Amino acid sequence: MTERETEPRVRPGEMEKPPVPKESRFREMWRLLKRNRLAFCGLVIFVLFFVTAFAGRLLTYGTKPIFNPGQVRLQEKLRPPLSLPNLETLTPEQVPRLERYLFGTDNLGRDVFARMMQGAWVSLTVGFVAVGIAVLIGIALGGIAGYFGQTLVRVDQILTALFLLVGGGLTAVGARFWGGVLLLAGIASIMIALTWGRQWRRGAGATWKKVLFTGFLSIDTLIMRFVDIMLCFPSFFLILTVVALLPASIYNIMIVIGLTSWEGTARFVRAEFLSLREQDFVTAARALGVGNGRIIFRHMIPNAVAPVLVSATIGIATAILTEAGLSFLGLGVPPPDATWGNVLSDGKDYIFDAPWLTFIPGFAILLVVLSFNLFGEGLRDVLNPKLRKRS
Amino acid sequence: MLSFIGRSTIQKIVTLFFVSVVSFLVIYLAPGKPSQVDPLNPKFTPEMVERFRKQFHLDQPLYVQYALYYRDLFTGKTVSWKDNQPVLKKIWERFKNSLWLFIVGTVLTWTLSFPVGIRSAIFRGGWYDRSTTFLSYLLISIPGFFFAYILIIVVVNTFHVPVIGMETFGLGEPPWYRWLMDRTWHLLLPSVLGATGGIAILSRYVRSQMLEVEGQDYVRTARAKGVPEEQVHYKHALRNALLPFVTMFGLILPGLIGGSVIIESIFSWPGMGRMAYEAILARDYPVILTVNFISAVLVLAGTFISDVLYMVVDPRIRL
Repeated sequence: MTERETEPRVRPGEMEKPPVPKESRFREMWRLLKRNRLAFCGLVIFVLFFVTAFAGRLLTYGTKPIFNPGQVRLQEKLRPPLSLPNLETLTPEQVPRLERYLFGTDNLGRDVFARMMQGAWVSLTVGFVAVGIAVLIGIALGGIAGYFGQTLVRVDQILTALFLLVGGGLTAVGARFWGGVLLLAGIASIMIALTWGRQWRRGAGATWKKVLFTGFLSIDTLIMRFVDIMLCFPSFFLILTVVALLPASIYNIMIVIGLTSWEGTARFVRAEFLSLREQDFVTAARALGVGNGRIIFRHMIPNAVAPVLVSATIGIATAILTEAGLSFLGLGVPPPDATWGNVLSDGKDYIFDAPWLTFIPGFAILLVVLSFNLFGEGLRDVLNPKLRKRS
Repeated sequence: MLSFIGRSTIQKIVTLFFVSVVSFLVIYLAPGKPSQVDPLNPKFTPEMVERFRKQFHLDQPLYVQYALYYRDLFTGKTVSWKDNQPVLKKIWERFKNSLWLFIVGTVLTWTLSFPVGIRSAIFRGGWYDRSTTFLSYLLISIPGFFFAYILIIVVVNTFHVPVIGMETFGLGEPPWYRWLMDRTWHLLLPSVLGATGGIAILSRYVRSQMLEVEGQDYVRTARAKGVPEEQVHYKHALRNALLPFVTMFGLILPGLIGGSVIIESIFSWPGMGRMAYEAILARDYPVILTVNFISAVLVLAGTFISDVLYMVVDPRIRL
């Protein structure tokens, strides 16, 4: 208050500018983050991991990669880290790029360093894509449940959705006739709702018509019960089932991990939306005639994003661990591509003779997951407004 | 209270129905057919496949299969497709093995995480707090399989004991104390591994609960009126901090059946997780579905128990 009074008086005719905060939001966050030493270490490792992964993408893929992760050298099996290659027995393209096996070689004489570089990219994409999918689904469903939650779903809408879903499913499976009939029924019910819906809802006509158009369940109940259903599946077991039944590919793994881990985000976002919706700035925006879409995307999501960001950061760590676990079980990314999980899994048979095959990927996963966890926790503190005021 | 129990039972039954439908659809609509699991096996002639399909109703439409499967499950007649053994008996046998891991793991988790969490809350910001914080992040982040191999190397190299499997193979008929020691060594590593994540998470949770309660007014009042520090911590603060943990007794129930696939595979432990994993690889649908169904029942029962317990313990809660 005292500061404000010492400011020069605003001359008439000049608009009063809003008071500018002493430092920008981002700078304040940066300062808070630097004070939290563990989180800062996490951030540094996080950035290093990014650089490594992008370098890995550039250097190990393509027809003539600079580091070739798939180059087999059977005469150079299980060389310890930092050992020099035996140049007399190698053909020119078999010579490792750095003239040295930085991380040793595995049981087929492949350069572990190149494989680790390639695996970094796999871990990074799996983590980010899976969490991206989970966050998108979570925000969408949680947002709908929180914002439009009180709207009732009518019986006819549920019937229509059922018709279309079952019909589509049957058509996809192969029962063309029944699928087609159900799809047609679904389309017909949309038509009916469009033409006569308004009259019937008002009460014209027989009772069954009224029943058809009464509200039955709120959207919130529908979505949250769906979340409950999803939470009933043990997640790793579900992922394992789906991955084992589907053809092995890195994209399937990303999608499956994403589709099975959005429940937490949906719950967060719903809770945030429920409380934000009642706040004054939302009421003000609505009074000004701002549309629902703009309220959601401009006013509510920016305010609800902090817990989502934190859980997403920690979710990336979990996704990387899950992928490593799947690769370890042999259900992960199929063989020509290396991942940290399958480098470790290949190396486990030589654990007493070639411990580096276990320890290098193991420590890599540990470091990266740890950095994501620490950074996520640090972010939780930094984004917490209670802590910000105290500093 | 009664109305809550009634409502939530109905709700849980509806949820369970949908879970059964969804898990059935996920498994049956996935590409590939169980009758074609082994196309290279010369014994699998087209007639065999046909008989196989007929025997397990695979030639019927999907909804009939669904009804038949759940009828068999509730009458206890489901059989595994691989060896024609009743599924429930198979699960029960594996369950007895997993139960040991579960019990030792749970006891370790609950006995270790409380002292650690309470101590780090009392000495907040001290070296003990900071090192346990870091340690718990480390334990959460370490991949289970990697940690397993580290422990195997350490234990095998220092104590020279066998750790893989449930007991040493070919031990014959040892005296009871040797048998007991052998069993204990085999049990120790997998259950410690199963408990690490739990210890790390639960001790953090204990710490934050303690800190929250220590900031309450009644704790300050207790201090102000000269109650000894010990009593403030253990009588005033701890008792109130314990409230939410009562509900966790319900939430550990699903752990009964979700034996860790990875740890059981590494240690060749013939438990639930490995059975489920083998069933998945062999496309033994009845086993997969039954495990899934039981675990869903346990999850729902667990949340139900924890809700009821919470209401019993904390009179402020109205559900």
